[in-house]
This record gives sequence, structure tokens and C-alpha cells, in this order.
Amino acid sequence: MIPKRRLYELLFLIALVVLAGILIKEPYYQNVLIFIGIHSILTVGLNLLMGYAGQISLGHAAFFGIGAYGSGILTATHGWPPLAALLVAALLTALIAFVIGIPSLKLTGYYLAMATLGFGIIVYIMFREMGQFTGGASGLVGIPPLKIAGWTLDSGSEYFYLVWGLLCLVILLSLNIVDSQVGRAFKAIHDSEIAALSLGIDTSRLKLKVFVLSAVYASIAGSIYAHYISFISPSSFGFMFSIKLVTMVVIGGMASIWGALFGAATITILPEILHVFSEYDVIVFGLILIVVMIFMPQGLTCGILDAWNKSKRITTREGIRVGPKVNLNP
Amino acid sequence: MKREKKTMIAIITGIIFLVLLCIPRAPVLAAEPYKIGCIFSVTGPASFLGDPEKKSAIMLADQINKRGGINGHPIKLVIYDTEGDPTKAVLNINKLIFHDKVLAVIGPSRTPTTLAVIPIAQRAQTPLISCAAGIKITQPVKKWVFKTPQTDAMAVEKIYSYMQKNNIKKVAIITVANAFGESGKEQLVKQAPKFGIEIVAQESFGPKDTDMTPQLTKIRSTAAEAVVCWGTNPGPAVVAKNMKQLDMKIPLFQSHGVASPKFIELAGDAANGIILPTGKILVAKDIPDSDPQKPVLLKYIKDYESRYQTNVSGFGGYAYDGLNLLAIALKKAGPDKAKIRDELEKIKGYKGVSGVFNFSPSDHNGLTMDAFVLVKIVNGKWQIIK
Amino acid sequence: MDLVTQILQFLFSGITNGAIYGLIALGFTIIYNATEVINFAQGELVMLGGMVMIALSNGTSLPLPVGFILSVLVVSGIGALFERFTIRPLKNPTQIGIIIITIGVSILLKGVAMFIWGKETLSSRPFSSSPPIHIGSSTLDPQSLWILGITFGILLLLHFFYQKTITGKAMRACAFNKRAAGLAGIPTQKMVLLSFVLSSALGAAAGVAITPITMCSYDMGTILGLKGFCAVVLGGLGSTVGSVVGGFILGIVEALGAGLISSSLRDAIAFVLLLGMLFVRPQGIFGIKEVKKI
Repeated sequence: MIPKRRLYELLFLIALVVLAGILIKEPYYQNVLIFIGIHSILTVGLNLLMGYAGQISLGHAAFFGIGAYGSGILTATHGWPPLAALLVAALLTALIAFVIGIPSLKLTGYYLAMATLGFGIIVYIMFREMGQFTGGASGLVGIPPLKIAGWTLDSGSEYFYLVWGLLCLVILLSLNIVDSQVGRAFKAIHDSEIAALSLGIDTSRLKLKVFVLSAVYASIAGSIYAHYISFISPSSFGFMFSIKLVTMVVIGGMASIWGALFGAATITILPEILHVFSEYDVIVFGLILIVVMIFMPQGLTCGILDAWNKSKRITTREGIRVGPKVNLNP
Repeated sequence: MKREKKTMIAIITGIIFLVLLCIPRAPVLAAEPYKIGCIFSVTGPASFLGDPEKKSAIMLADQINKRGGINGHPIKLVIYDTEGDPTKAVLNINKLIFHDKVLAVIGPSRTPTTLAVIPIAQRAQTPLISCAAGIKITQPVKKWVFKTPQTDAMAVEKIYSYMQKNNIKKVAIITVANAFGESGKEQLVKQAPKFGIEIVAQESFGPKDTDMTPQLTKIRSTAAEAVVCWGTNPGPAVVAKNMKQLDMKIPLFQSHGVASPKFIELAGDAANGIILPTGKILVAKDIPDSDPQKPVLLKYIKDYESRYQTNVSGFGGYAYDGLNLLAIALKKAGPDKAKIRDELEKIKGYKGVSGVFNFSPSDHNGLTMDAFVLVKIVNGKWQIIK
Repeated sequence: MDLVTQILQFLFSGITNGAIYGLIALGFTIIYNATEVINFAQGELVMLGGMVMIALSNGTSLPLPVGFILSVLVVSGIGALFERFTIRPLKNPTQIGIIIITIGVSILLKGVAMFIWGKETLSSRPFSSSPPIHIGSSTLDPQSLWILGITFGILLLLHFFYQKTITGKAMRACAFNKRAAGLAGIPTQKMVLLSFVLSSALGAAAGVAITPITMCSYDMGTILGLKGFCAVVLGGLGSTVGSVVGGFILGIVEALGAGLISSSLRDAIAFVLLLGMLFVRPQGIFGIKEVKKI
């Protein structure tokens, strides 16, 4: 059961989405919002994996890409209906995530990071080299717009509602998981995997489940992305995008579904704001990343909440520490 | 306590920072300017294209405004950076068209980013003048899309006809694994039979690879009579160096992707003897005075080099031509997107940096093979092959 | 040309690249050993080494050894600042947090390098201007020998440092058990700083040595860092000898793969090797530490 407070939060988000849909008509802002939505679907899934299950993935762009290319190839080359293509791509992603997850999730910490990173890069090279299917480095053109039950989505506001509606569903599902027995088991894994094991929690199965789930989220986001911009090329699914996703999760705050949303929004909008620095925006971006991680290791959401509460002399819960601790200072 | 203070300081700094960002820059121009959007890959892997394009566009806009603008209206450039990323390019063009409300868009710099933004330009009915080489951009013709660079097909044709003349029949190709190299490879393979050329080896290398000896060793073991390398710096310079290291004596041909003094600097001695097609800009001083492009080229080079104090690159001209073409169309059409498009399509005989443009409803590139010359590097200098 | 000569040439290429990867991998290992930090900005330190060297030697007739030492000093200084301002302030460092911070540093360094040296690729002079060395009909770039020499030289120095000097022993103690080391009176914080300085110096030396072959651009660090990282995993996280061996294996397999299988899959080969090693033997070839496997 989802606690009432969470339901209210979700209802609040839905109200905001509807309001935004009514108020924001300018295609540029819609466009930014759509990308925030797509990124959020990705980060909510990644957050489940990183924040709750405590497993890092530096290769999530691969799943995003498999979804995008799956949909793209099936619809543009083989003329499949988009919805069927989306589902098949999601299934394929689930299968790949399952196969790669079994050996990967036996690893922890840096080793898992390296394994997922390697996987991501291999998939990226496959996109580039399997030119007869993927269009190679030049990309795949002519992906048709999404079509659901005879209704073709071709305007920004339709995509806006679709993406954000889907995001609400994804959040609902994720909140459900977080608050269920499974979620509590996750927290146990997260705090101490050995303790969880000794309590009879099948940790590796749970980790695998959440890994596959987050991959499926990524795949669906990828399919929508492909249909929305109608063109995909490997460079959108490289190592740097994986890093960006992890950054979104960490900046937003791990183990917080809303943090994932906030992180996705911040990192998506930031370059638009930093535009005033023109070419030197990367320097500022790097600085922001470092400063946030040093001063607010729990992410912006927790950091700001903490500061807010402390300024009002309210003590808050201890921020969640994720992943194995590094033995840096004695 | 200490942590709280630090956090507060961080937040306050952040807020001040954001507020500073939001202060609008004061508008400078008075009489309603014509807004033109530019999206170049100013940073990222293709910055060697986007950077000179941005500089050329700014320079030309200033010159036009100094002359009194177009029909009395100054032009105002809105320039965004795609970082060579299709997603960014899509965000940028949406911002240009719907937020900044530009009349037309120049760019993007690369083929994939261009292919990503074409549907948006088409839907929003906004003229787009791409600065990317890929042949897919204007073939088939898209109503609102034009492009200024020469296509790969022309470069390949130029190289192959030279080979045919010099009786080279067996060729090995080595291409970079990105859109530029791939498009080159496609053309090289496709056009070979037409010139009686057989491709005996196809190799590729990563954009950041630093050692091509394995690929070249493989090529050395074939009967290749020449090597064609298709890529952009620094890869092709490595190929040249490695070929020298491996003592390979067969001629090396490069693409127009390395047509800049930078290549000679990088490849050093190994650059000598290399043959490549290039726009006339590299050899502007040496082309005959009868060439209609000569005055344009000399002026562009002089302006660019005196303003930016650096050597002119072979790529900035794409944006220079784009903006000039747009200015011609704007002058006749006024601020009306559909009319601008129609006027663009009617432009004939415009002498630009990249060639003489003759647009038509069936040709939105408007260049012929004459836009290229074949040059050979001799003692670190470009020399036209007649 | 027969296959043997071809394979010999592939091996030469592989050994050259292998030495480069090994050098970078050593930098990862030094920091990891003292701090358990994986420094994702290691590739950028290599890039800085190359850039500073080019900047120093550009237009001046600075003797090579002086330029070399100056570059190493400058980059070591940057490494010290890096540790002081991004790693030391951390209160409860986590692996994910450190990954993000070092990635942040790498983005920052890349941006600054772009700001200072521009976006174009730069080239630098080889250490010696002798012609390629011919062995049979295979050839070897003389700069490769320099890189090999520097790699082995550094490996020997490190071995001596860790085994014979008191500071080196203290550093090993830190790696083994930081708390115990601290209680034994070892200034652990200084050891962390030292490890960053050492690793930056090494990165810079690598940068100076490899740029005559690889050339140098502001964004060269990412792929070098990733490859170095692969080498570390192959050899075993934490093993100095392992890093270098891992580098050579990676370089040679890559070159053979590119030459005999397909050059377009060259990078994929490196990462398939990485995955295979992680799945079969995550502690790497020389790994001694037990990897937590559940």
C-alpha cells in the first residue's frame, strides 16, 4: 500500500502536469519539458537501482539506446506499428538486462561500475558498426511518429502529455515497489547486504529484478525519444550520456523518487541557463558538479531541505549514504 | 553547525549566481532587426567545424550591419552550440524557431545533427541552410532545406577521375568510424566501378585512435596501388605518419576533411606527397585570376585573418556562404519565411567561398565538381594539380 | 608479405600502445592503493602533461629534460590542488560520490584545457629524431622505445619506493589499513596528498612521452582514461605490476584484433576483454585482494 502522503504528492504532480499542459504552449518550452520527462523516466529507474538497491550502473545509456534503436528499426525499416515495436524493444531490453545482469550483479562497487561501463561502450560500438540495421554512425532516419490506436501523436503537447503521463505511471509503480515488502528488502540490501542475506532475503534475485525493471524504463524512454525526434544516431547513447544520467540521479538525491525528477530537470535545464557562458559552460558545469558533491553529498533535494530545516532548527533524518564507503580519512 | 554554514553558503552562492544569470542583456539594436539563427558544434568533437563557422558568421553579420543592414534592417544572429549532439541540436532549433522567432537557420555543422533537425525545420516551415557535407541532406530534395558545403560524392569523383587518368586500379580505403568517414566510405565503394577501380581492402579507425599500423600493415599485404583515407584530424595525420613509418611507397589520398594547414602541421614531413580534394580556399592565391571565386576568397581570407589573427580554416566558409545567400534572399523577400525560401531557390551564379552556387527546385546544394580542386602537398605547401 | 611479418608488426604496435595504457594504469593504481579512490580524471592529467609540454616547448628551444621536469612539476601541483580541494573536504566519501567528483574534475580540466589551448589538435616533437627502426620488414617508431623505457623505469622506481623507502612503506600501510596506519603515527592525510601528487606526476610523464605519437587535444583524456582503466582491471585493481601487464595485454590483443579480425571492432575488443575478466576473475590477473562476491 502506498501511504497517503505519497498519493497526495503524486496527485500534486498530476495537477502540475495538467496545469503546465494548459499554460505552456510555446513549442520550445514544451520541448524542454518533454526532454525532462524522458530523462526523468530514466532517472527514476536508475534511482531505484542506485538509491534503493545500492547498485551503480555506468551503462544505462545502452538500454535507452536499445529501446530507441529497437523501435526505430522495427518501425522505420520494417513498418511495424509503433506500439508493438515499443513493447518488443522493451522485452528485448529486459532479456538483455537479465542476461547481462546475472554475472554483473555478482560484482559490487567499482567492479560493477566497470562492468556496466564496459557493457555500455560495447553496445554503443554495436550501434555504430551494425550499419546495415542501425544506419551506422550517420544515424537512422525516418522514424515515424508514435501511433496509439489509430491516433498519431505529432504535436509537442501530445508528446508532453504522453511522456509526463507515463512518468506519473512509472513513479506510481516505483513508489509501490519502494513501499512494499520488496522495497524494505531493498533498504536492507542497501544498508548491509550480508545482514539481508542472513535474514533470508534473496538479494541477488531482488537486485536482478530491479536491474531489469530500470532497464525496461530506459528502453521505453528510448522508444519515445526515437519517435519524438524521428532521428537517432549512436552519439546520443554513448558513455557520456550514461555519466549524465548517473549525475542526474546523484545531483537529485539518491533513494528519492522525487529527487530523480528534480535531478533530471536540473541537469536538463542547466545547459540552457549556462548558455550565457557560451563555450565555457563545461567549466561551470564541472564546478557545479564538484561543489554539489562536496557540500551536499546527498544531492540537491536533501541538501536544500537540510539547510532549510536546520535554519528553522528542525533536526532531520540522517541522509542516506549509498554504496560502499570509501576509507579515506582515518 | 559547520556543515550547516557551508551548505547555506553554497545555496546562497547558487542563488546569487542564478539571479545574475537571469539579468537580461540589454538590447543594442534599434530598428527592428532581422533575426537569424545559427546552430554550430562550437564545442565537442566537431568543434574544428563549428568554431570557424561561428567566427565567420559573426564577422559577416558585423560587415552587413556596418553597411547599413538589409533594406535598412540590421541582422541579429542568435548562435547556439550543439556540441555535435543530435538531442542538443533539436533543443536548439526549437528554441531558435519558437522562442527566438528567427527567420531562418544556418547550420548545424554535422550530418547527423542536420538530419535530426530537418523534420523540425520542415514542419515549422523555416528555411534551413546546413553546413554539413552529407549527401543525404539535399538528396532527395527537401522543400525547406539547403546546404552550402560540397558533397562527399564530388570529392570522391575528383579523386577517382585523377586515379583513372594515372592508371591506378586497385585501391585500399581506410575511413574514420563516424558519420563523415562512413559517408565517404559509402561513396568510395559506390563510385569505384564507374571508374574501373577495385577496392582491395576496407579498414576503419576510431576518431581518437592514435595508431593505425595494424590496419596499414594489412593494407600493405594487399595489392593496393593507392590508399584513400577519409577522416578528420587527427586520425588522417596518424595514417600519414604510420605509412611513412611502415615505409609504404604507394600514394596516399586524403579527403577534404583535412583540408586545413593544421593537417600539414600535425603530419609534418609525412604530409608531403599526399593528394586531396579541397575547396579553393586553401590555394586562393594560386588559382588563375580568371576564376570567378578568386576575389571573394581573397576578401574572406583577408577579413578573417585580420579579425581573428589566426589562419583561415577551410570550413568557416560554409557559414559565410550560408549567411551571404540568406542575405541575398532576405533583401528580395523581406521578413517572410516562405518568400525567403522561394528566393533562395532562385539564386543563380552566386560566387561564394565554397564554389559558384546555382540553386534550383531540384538542386538545393547548387554546386558542381568545379567547386573542388585537387591539390598535392609539396614541401609543406599546397600545390594545385592541373 | 607473409603472416609472420604482419604479426610481428601487430605486436610492435600492441607493445607501444600497451606501454601507453600501462603508464596510465599505473597512475590509477597509485591513488587506488593509498585511498581506494578510482580517479576518473587520470586521463585528463595525462592530457595536461602533454599540453604543458607542448606549451613550454612551443617556439622556445627549451631542452627536452627541462621541459619534461617542468611539465611534471606543473601537473603535480595541479594534482595536489585537486586532492586538497575536492577529495579532502569530503566527510563521508562513498564510491559513487567519488566517481561523480572525479568525473566533475575531469570535465573541469577538459574545459580549462579547451579554454587555454583551444580545440585543435596539437603536435609535439619526438624525443629523438632518428628514423624508424627496421626489424626484418617490420618497423618500430623510436618514440615507442622511449615510452617502453619510461614505463619500465617508473615501474622500477615505484617498486623501490614501495619496498625500500620509509614513505613508501607508510603508504603501503595506509593502503592496508588506514586506521591502524594512523594509530601507528603515519600522517595518513599527507599520504593521500602524496598519492595524488605522485599519480599526477606519473600522468604528466606519460603525457609528455606519448604525445609525439598520439598528438594532443583537450579531449584526448577520456578514451585514454578508459583504456587505462581497462588495463587496471585486467591486471588486478591495486597491483602495480598487474597494471603494466594489463596494459600490455590490452594493447597486444587490440592490435592483433584490429589486424586479424576487424579494425572497426578494435575498441569493442578491449571492453569485451574487460567484461570477460570481470565475470570470470574480477580480481584480475595479479589481484590479491578478495573481491566481495555474493
